[in-house]
Amino acid sequence: MELITSYGTIFLILACIFGLFMAWGIGANDVANAMGTSVGSGAITIKQAVLIAAVFEFAGAFLAGGQVTKTIRKGIIDAELLSATPELLVYGMLASLLAAGIWLLVASRFGWPVSTTHSIVGAIVGFAAVGIGVDAVHWSKVGTIVMSWVISPALAGAFSYWLFRSVQKLILNRDDPFESAKQVVPYYVFMTGFIIALVTMFKGLKHVGLEVSTVESYSYAFAFGLVIMFMSMMSVRKIKLDPAADKDFQFANVERVFGVLMVVTACAMAFAHGSNDVANAIGPVAAVIGIVQSGGEIAQKSVLPIWVLILGGAGIVAGLLMYGRRVMATIGKNITELTPSRGFAATLAAATTVVFASGTGLPISTTHTLVGAVLGVGLARGIGALNLNVVRTIFLSWIVTLPAGALMSIFFFFTLKGIFS
Amino acid sequence: MARTTISSLFGSSPVTPLQSHMSSVQECIVELIPFFKAVLKEDWSKAKEQQKKIAKLENEADKLKKKLRLHLPKSLFMPISRRDLLEVLTMQDKIANKSKDIAGIIIGRKMTFPKDVNEKLMDFVQRCIDASMQAQKAINELDELVETGFSGREVKVVQDMIKTLDDIESDTDKIQVKVRAALFKQEKDLPPVDVMFMYRVIDGIGDLADLSQRVGSRLELMLAR
Repeated sequence: MELITSYGTIFLILACIFGLFMAWGIGANDVANAMGTSVGSGAITIKQAVLIAAVFEFAGAFLAGGQVTKTIRKGIIDAELLSATPELLVYGMLASLLAAGIWLLVASRFGWPVSTTHSIVGAIVGFAAVGIGVDAVHWSKVGTIVMSWVISPALAGAFSYWLFRSVQKLILNRDDPFESAKQVVPYYVFMTGFIIALVTMFKGLKHVGLEVSTVESYSYAFAFGLVIMFMSMMSVRKIKLDPAADKDFQFANVERVFGVLMVVTACAMAFAHGSNDVANAIGPVAAVIGIVQSGGEIAQKSVLPIWVLILGGAGIVAGLLMYGRRVMATIGKNITELTPSRGFAATLAAATTVVFASGTGLPISTTHTLVGAVLGVGLARGIGALNLNVVRTIFLSWIVTLPAGALMSIFFFFTLKGIFS
Repeated sequence: MARTTISSLFGSSPVTPLQSHMSSVQECIVELIPFFKAVLKEDWSKAKEQQKKIAKLENEADKLKKKLRLHLPKSLFMPISRRDLLEVLTMQDKIANKSKDIAGIIIGRKMTFPKDVNEKLMDFVQRCIDASMQAQKAINELDELVETGFSGREVKVVQDMIKTLDDIESDTDKIQVKVRAALFKQEKDLPPVDVMFMYRVIDGIGDLADLSQRVGSRLELMLAR
């Protein structure tokens, strides 16, 4: 207890610095991946993508990021065991942040497809199991989380397959695909808005002072969906058939209509990413703050201070502006074959899956979910060529990231313990 | 800069390269028309020039073929099977090869056809080129097929094109019979070795339509998967 009171400020400052570092890393690399399908489809420019990401990552973190933060903060470790030695939890969380942040830096340097989520979960489990004791880990919760890593890409894949099939049926195979697109696209926009708003309101808005009942959630989400549907109708109406564009490729005009939808799903994706991945950076920070502010009590009930969410959001935006935009530009150049109709199916499927996971408090990998979603469209024979090597490297990165994160956090844990105690 | 997960997920689609290979093949084969016109007029310098042009265009198609093959790793996941794709590529390439062979034999032997074979022969060449043109038309629908996920109306469009291709091919068979019959009437008065090679050239021209048809039938297999 004395440790906490005497070093409290230092712990807080360290937590904020490490948290910002981690958030910066997420913004620099992860966000670019999340926005990849949107930028790659050519429906939005890099500038627009950066703007959308900055606004909606922040909104996602702020409005829907609470549940995952809670999981990272106290779902993985049994904090009861630590009530006598709360400083261990502080060291552990700091060590985890540092370990995951450094691992991400190393991995992105070499271009390995590692996930921020996997790194931080691996790190927390690592320090808890070795530094405190195997019993300190909520293994059943960890099991659920790991399961969700397998299920989320599969689910997103199934959803995107279905979405793309519906696009074929409702638009591409019609006699007049262009007119069909203009009619149907606003409904997809409605669906996007409705789902995202609903999940967010179901789970997240208490901390901003909004208590909503189930019925209210549904009606607000419905209203929100209608509003953006109306907005999309306005912009779709402006698109005029350009016969010259269809000369080489008959569906060029149809794809222009999908461009409108792509903007909406890009926002949804940034929101979803913010709601899930920001927690990786601020969950541990929140844990440290909780302990320090209560003077050493491991307060299970303390609420998440809003400024921490803002800190995470700001870190992400900083990383995005300083480094992520360049990564986005590369992605935009590399993915030229993706058309908005596919980009939309994959992005919406991934965004929905991620938002659902955020609502249930499961930290998943946005990038891997998106990969699953893209493969789903590929299975519907919608994409010219996909590189299946990526799937293999993703599996490899799972096997490597968990132990790497764990080992590093164990190392930092004992280092911090040596310094302060 | 290292490629990110999402960008390395996307390979480069083989569809556009396959289409440009076919258009390169088509460029090569249409040169047979001015070539045959020159040959039938016995304008050998012009014919020689055309033959060189054909050889050059065939070479270009060959380069495209090699490039596409090198960019098709087994790990690529495509809406069409890799085997079908390579088969189509091979067939397309054989069309160009055959054109070059035909021009080569004729130039090498300074082959002159009997007068009443001439006209039918020209028809025959033209119709075989029609076949490859139709094959190209079908191949050009591949990007639309990928866009629609190989379903619905677009499949019907391509099937109709392939049906037309089959019709053209059977047309060329009929013309080929006539050309052979015309040559048969004259063959006793011509040097036997020359006649032998004339039949070979006629077979070669017929192969052009045959290969085009096989491009179409492979494409049909792609639809069926």
